[in-house]
Amino acid sequence: MVTKTKRSCRLLAAAALALLAGASPAQVAPGGIFPSLSLAGPGGAGLPAASGKVVIVDFWASWCAPCNASFPAFARLHEKFADRGLVIIGVGVDDSPSAYSAFVARLKPPFATVHDSRHVLVSAVQVPTMPTSYVVDRTGRVRFIHEGYHGSQTEHDLASEVEALLSERAAPP
Amino acid sequence: MKMRLPAAIAALALALAAAFQCGCSTAMPARVRPWERGALADDIMNPDIDPLGTAAAEHVYFSREAASGGRGVGGSGCGCN
Repeated sequence: MVTKTKRSCRLLAAAALALLAGASPAQVAPGGIFPSLSLAGPGGAGLPAASGKVVIVDFWASWCAPCNASFPAFARLHEKFADRGLVIIGVGVDDSPSAYSAFVARLKPPFATVHDSRHVLVSAVQVPTMPTSYVVDRTGRVRFIHEGYHGSQTEHDLASEVEALLSERAAPP
Repeated sequence: MKMRLPAAIAALALALAAAFQCGCSTAMPARVRPWERGALADDIMNPDIDPLGTAAAEHVYFSREAASGGRGVGGSGCGCN
């Protein structure tokens, strides 16, 4: 009787610990593989091919003022580096599709955007703050993470990181 | 060594208490995630959305209570950056 109860208690304790451990996925960190952009929903299918390219994935929302300020900087980066193999993808996390569409229509970004309306991708990445941008190298590995947008400093850092990653050779298949 | 029943119950209680304690930490889903703060960033959440109304309420409060201030509350916002 005691043994049975003890076993049950151990099982329950293990279940509680497992619940704690699996409460939320780990944050994507430098060196980790960035999750598939197809998690962002059906809109992900229309994204430009990112395989073998340097990619900046920027998480934004229409209600986030620094996101609004960051878009012109990403547009400038796109203009400067797109020809050399940089792909910028803005992942909008608004709840409302109309807020997402209005933001995109107002700012008219020259780079691709996708609406992660169900928050699947952003949950998988565990974005630490809004906005956050991930600089991913040609192998799909996250190399740099920028939490927040701090004006020209962030833009300058992104430009130098992209420059360095573009000069890296792609890994042989 | 055989674990006695009270000891097993104590171990279970400890594990459950740890689970509940962590419910208050930032790692659990109860926390409002950075991408879920759209409602908090809405203008309607701003306590000073109507400055004139706030000033009038302050005046009434001061007149009735002979005191002012003490309403320092955190504002709204998305908590960005």
